[in-house]
Amino acid sequence: MTTTTQQTATGTPRQTPGLLPLPSAAAGLTTAAGAVLTFASTFLAWTWTAEFPGDLTVTGYPGGLQLLTLTGALLTLLFTLAGRGLRGLGWLTPGGKNSPVLLLALGTFAVTWYTIIAIAVELGGLANLEPGGWVALVTSLITLIGALGLPGDIPADTDNASPWTRFVQSLKAPTPEKAAPLPSWAEILIIAISFGLGLFVFTYGIDTEYAELFIGFLLLVGFGATAIARAGLNHRLSALTATHKNVTVTAAFVAAFAFPFTQSNDAYATIGANILIFATVALGLNVVVGLAGLLDLGYVAFLGVGAYTAALLSGSPSSTIGITLPFWAAVLAGAAASLIFGVVIGAPTLRLHGDYLAIVTLGFGEIFRIGMQNMDGSSGPDITNGPNGIPNIPDLELFGFNLGEPHTVLGVELGRFSNYYLLMLLFTIIVVTVFRRSDQSRIGRAWVAIREDETAARAMGINAFRLKLLAFALGATLAGMAGTVQAHVTFTVTPAQYKFVEAVPPNSAFLLAAVILGGMGTVSGPLIGAALLYLIPAKLQFMSDYQLLLFGIALILLMRFRPEGLIADRRKQLEFHETGQLDTPKGDIGLSKAGA
Amino acid sequence: MNTMTNNTATTTPVLHAAGVTMRFGGLTAVRNVELTVNSGEIVGLIGPNGAGKTTFFNCLTGLYIPTEGTVSYKGAVLPHKSHLVTQAGIARTFQNIRLFANMTVLENVLVGRHTRTKEGLWSALLRSPGFKKAERESEERAMELLEFTGLAAKRDHLARNLPYGEQRKLEIARALASEPGLLLLDEPTAGMNPQETRTTQDLVFAIRDQGIAVLVIEHDMRFIFNLCDRVAVLVQGEKLVEGTSEVVQGDERVVAAYLGTPYEGAPGADEVAEVEDAEAHSTPGTSGSSGTEGENQ
Repeated sequence: MTTTTQQTATGTPRQTPGLLPLPSAAAGLTTAAGAVLTFASTFLAWTWTAEFPGDLTVTGYPGGLQLLTLTGALLTLLFTLAGRGLRGLGWLTPGGKNSPVLLLALGTFAVTWYTIIAIAVELGGLANLEPGGWVALVTSLITLIGALGLPGDIPADTDNASPWTRFVQSLKAPTPEKAAPLPSWAEILIIAISFGLGLFVFTYGIDTEYAELFIGFLLLVGFGATAIARAGLNHRLSALTATHKNVTVTAAFVAAFAFPFTQSNDAYATIGANILIFATVALGLNVVVGLAGLLDLGYVAFLGVGAYTAALLSGSPSSTIGITLPFWAAVLAGAAASLIFGVVIGAPTLRLHGDYLAIVTLGFGEIFRIGMQNMDGSSGPDITNGPNGIPNIPDLELFGFNLGEPHTVLGVELGRFSNYYLLMLLFTIIVVTVFRRSDQSRIGRAWVAIREDETAARAMGINAFRLKLLAFALGATLAGMAGTVQAHVTFTVTPAQYKFVEAVPPNSAFLLAAVILGGMGTVSGPLIGAALLYLIPAKLQFMSDYQLLLFGIALILLMRFRPEGLIADRRKQLEFHETGQLDTPKGDIGLSKAGA
Repeated sequence: MNTMTNNTATTTPVLHAAGVTMRFGGLTAVRNVELTVNSGEIVGLIGPNGAGKTTFFNCLTGLYIPTEGTVSYKGAVLPHKSHLVTQAGIARTFQNIRLFANMTVLENVLVGRHTRTKEGLWSALLRSPGFKKAERESEERAMELLEFTGLAAKRDHLARNLPYGEQRKLEIARALASEPGLLLLDEPTAGMNPQETRTTQDLVFAIRDQGIAVLVIEHDMRFIFNLCDRVAVLVQGEKLVEGTSEVVQGDERVVAAYLGTPYEGAPGADEVAEVEDAEAHSTPGTSGSSGTEGENQ
């Protein structure tokens, strides 16, 4: 595998032919022409009735799903031209030249055909298509055929490979060379623009108003993100972010902070706030699972401890404790309660390993939930009102600023959920900082060492039990903190919110899934994993009956094809894919630390 | 080498194992073993497979709690906790390499520094100046050790991607990072070619020259007799002989333990005679080879 990299690095002229036997120049021309025509087709009417959401009936004004096709076609065209060496666009494809084009053509094709099929199915037959729809079908197919004729970026090992192998091969791309240094203001600008774009895409996804648009969005983003990665832009960007770490972190939080200001509808801010709670707890779990390697299947209980503590101390009329504490004190109390709960559970169980620990934590998670359910005055002491939980948790008032009421800031009206989103963001920042700093320290190294080989770690002088307990307690504290905010966001705290698995995140199974899907041991992995796991069920209500089934299938596929998760810890990437010496640092990009 | 033994005989004992016995249920893996390692000394521990060498090592390092007997380091009895033994000053490597495979070479060595640094979670979270200083010093020290073992160029490689010989060296570097007074090496040259064995030998001498006593288990007799000031032989859990390489090589029981002894009145006296003949031949053979090693030195 090293050899292929070297070959491309030295610029071997030999290329594999594309999947379809087209001359390279003709293939490029077909792709470009197809992309232009597809672009044009989005300005035509695709259907005659506005019954299909998004109003695709207007000629000369693309709307809804057409906009996604338009974006896909435009990107395909840009990358085709860049790959053909058009001056001024070379920076787009420092890595692969043709595989991003193929991926984008696939994405455009998928979105277009999905749209047409959705029209036909929902409106009852192909008769509902206007000529524009047929044009889009044909042109996107032409683009794809052209792209399939493009030669592969990496020469294949064998000449007589099966079509599938050749197809997979043509999706691969070489890693780009080190970029020429730019002035640092330009680099910072690029980082800022990237995060701006990221925020735009994320906001667009949250704001999609109907399921069809969201599916189209997922298709385009899925293919588009892979294409950008294949083009080597990710690699370039991560090189930049490595040099400007603080700028990157600031940009990420500025983008996150800007999110509620882009929302006109508080309903979408709810999604944002909930994603943030889910993501923060997932990141806390990442300390336990990703760093220390302790499989915790009852983690949501710690969120519950924090939430119940805050609810009891919030001054809710249903609270059985007559004490009302200010929010900061409630946060500390929630974190402390969770910490104590974590130590009490951890101290006896952390002497167990692997599967046994998983089963015991699963048991404790359920004990918490059932315990809360039974403390209703009849089965046990009257503390939690049993299954009814603690309702009517009052909104927070911080510095005379009632989070329950809309406020106008900078001309934008921020509703209740926007307020809570901003408050939660503060906690996310704390958790991210805690994660990063503990990871890159003596303690973090000891955790990873325990995960790798506990016996060897102990022989290196690491008190394994104490450090595991520390990871467990830290994870519990972080979740407890998040729980105190969650109690206020959801108004009500009930035991049913803290199940092991149910259709609505956060629950223990989804938390673990977010960590694994996103990428264990990274910061951005669980954040992205949690966002996806929350958004997909929230947007695709129509398939809520099959949600857990689809979720299961998706997890199986992901673990089969990308076991290291969407965002790979550098270590994990090397672990799952035998990449030989790829970990040799290229140039002076500071890679002494793993994790994104 | 004899002169060296004479020099070190007067120095203080670093490790003293007194009457160490390890039983697993009915099986006695190690029986009443006495062993002393003095400072500045390289001591070898040999014995046929299953003689209890590694079990004895595990007793020394606190991975096993010996059924009877005590282990003391520089006069103080060691607790039965692996990490406390390392903290006291005994570091070890493993027979089957146990690196932190998915950590980089540098990170592996930094983990070895764990007991010699104090920065806790708070200090890491607050990033105090003390934390940064400690991290920098740890890294410097780790890099020194990587230079010492010749791995400095591979600091950012994952441990799992190192070739076999370098993984062994990294294990030694990681063990040295805990600043031990005694290093226990469990078959450091297993699976190595003669050249790599030679480098390891030089490395062990260099470690000894830093004032670290070494106790080494090995099957490679040439390596062991070349390296060690003293050799102890463990057979079926019991210490058979202990002494200089000449003493050990000359001991009939050792040879018998490796090649087997015929029992009394066994049928086929011819075979017995044959074996004894072979033993008689093998003894000068072994000493002859150690003679050539002497020239190698």
